[in-house]
Amino acid sequence: MCLAVPGRIRSVSGEGLTRAGEVDFAGAVQTVNLSFVPEAAEGDYVLVHAGVAIARLDEEEALATLECFRQLESAVREET
Amino acid sequence: MTGLAALRDPALVLALAEEIRRTATRPWTIMEVCGGQTHAIARYGLEELLPDGLELVHGPGCPVCVTPAETVDRAARLAALPNVVLATFGDMVRVPGSEGDLFLARARGARVRVVASPLDAVRMAAEDRSETVVFFGVGFETTAPAVALAVRQAAELGLSNFAVLVALVRVPPALEAILSGPGNRVRAFLAAGHVCTVMGLEEYEPIAMRHRVPIVATGFEPVDILSGVLAAVRQLEAGQARVENAYARAVGPRGNAAARSLVLEVFEPCDRHWRGIGPLPGGGFRLREPYRAFDAEERFELPSEAPREAGECIAGLVLRGIKKPYECPAFGVRCTPDRPLGAPMVSSEGACSAYYRYRRVGA
Ligand code: SF4
Repeated sequence: MCLAVPGRIRSVSGEGLTRAGEVDFAGAVQTVNLSFVPEAAEGDYVLVHAGVAIARLDEEEALATLECFRQLESAVREET
Repeated sequence: MTGLAALRDPALVLALAEEIRRTATRPWTIMEVCGGQTHAIARYGLEELLPDGLELVHGPGCPVCVTPAETVDRAARLAALPNVVLATFGDMVRVPGSEGDLFLARARGARVRVVASPLDAVRMAAEDRSETVVFFGVGFETTAPAVALAVRQAAELGLSNFAVLVALVRVPPALEAILSGPGNRVRAFLAAGHVCTVMGLEEYEPIAMRHRVPIVATGFEPVDILSGVLAAVRQLEAGQARVENAYARAVGPRGNAAARSLVLEVFEPCDRHWRGIGPLPGGGFRLREPYRAFDAEERFELPSEAPREAGECIAGLVLRGIKKPYECPAFGVRCTPDRPLGAPMVSSEGACSAYYRYRRVGA
């Protein structure tokens, strides 16, 4: 039930507690409350749980983490 | 997100597993707190990639599983009241109470509606003010912001026909209880990523320090989980016990400021009974004074009766990581997802259903 799904914001409307947006989940578009991610704008990825965005996903962090694992992978491959 | 496929990339998964094998020199027991992680581990067979002696035990991180039968009974009673509609997440409908589940209550005439969000329940209340909509508010800190938002929206709309049966629970006291329990084997935690997304990491500092356990905020994809395990093993091998973040794309050190502050405006910590674990000081949230009018238990007089549980179910031991689901005599025989005896077999996050779905019987 703590499942939270990433989706991409297509449009934003409203403000305050009713700030909402159309969010694209791999093709399925749903309306999501965006009041907890005031910094998130069109094009951003958000993490959505129970109809509410609980985080704006940090794409730079995501890429940095992956880069770090890719380095690990090439190091492991070279040694084995 | 551009990197989502990469987070399931077998090459990265195998590299991480190899690095874990190299790092671990001794046996360690690590608990993944969240049932979503348990499901990912079972689904991708991640345990098979770990070295012998490195054991993952499954934690209590399934809000549906820890909701007491008594609370399910109360929900069923509320749903049976005239002019009341109970709105609930789908997962709760099949959880057994003393007199069957909410599904059965509905067959007997109670009004139960499945919703995807508490905000849908507010909408229902706004559209038809002749009935009271009671939202069955089950969840961890991950879900608390959505429920807090629903209460605030209802307050602003002046909806006197909206109420919440609050069954929200807080994770840190459960970790505390597991570490202090007799026979505890857990040496490190993979903390539930989305709970940390909301609340941040601060609450875990005193626990890591007091019990000398590494606590690593961890995500839900295979690469996320193994990187959490690697971080925990590195700390254990080095004799460290820090709070660490292995899910930085979704977790900031202080969580989500806006969500956290609304949660703490609407709710306050309270003692709460966890099914299978027992009473936990500070283990839940309840509505704060200005919002008490939305508390379904205050609004409706509900008789309280001692719940009856299926005698055979060992959910408590499973939820504390002491037994694995297949060690339960009923597992897969008298208890299946179609005819569950206990909540861990029902929920999409329960450990028993994870084992049943992905591994069938045995290890
Ligand atoms: S298999 Fe069924 S009866 Fe056994 S612990 Fe799990 S939920 Fe309870």
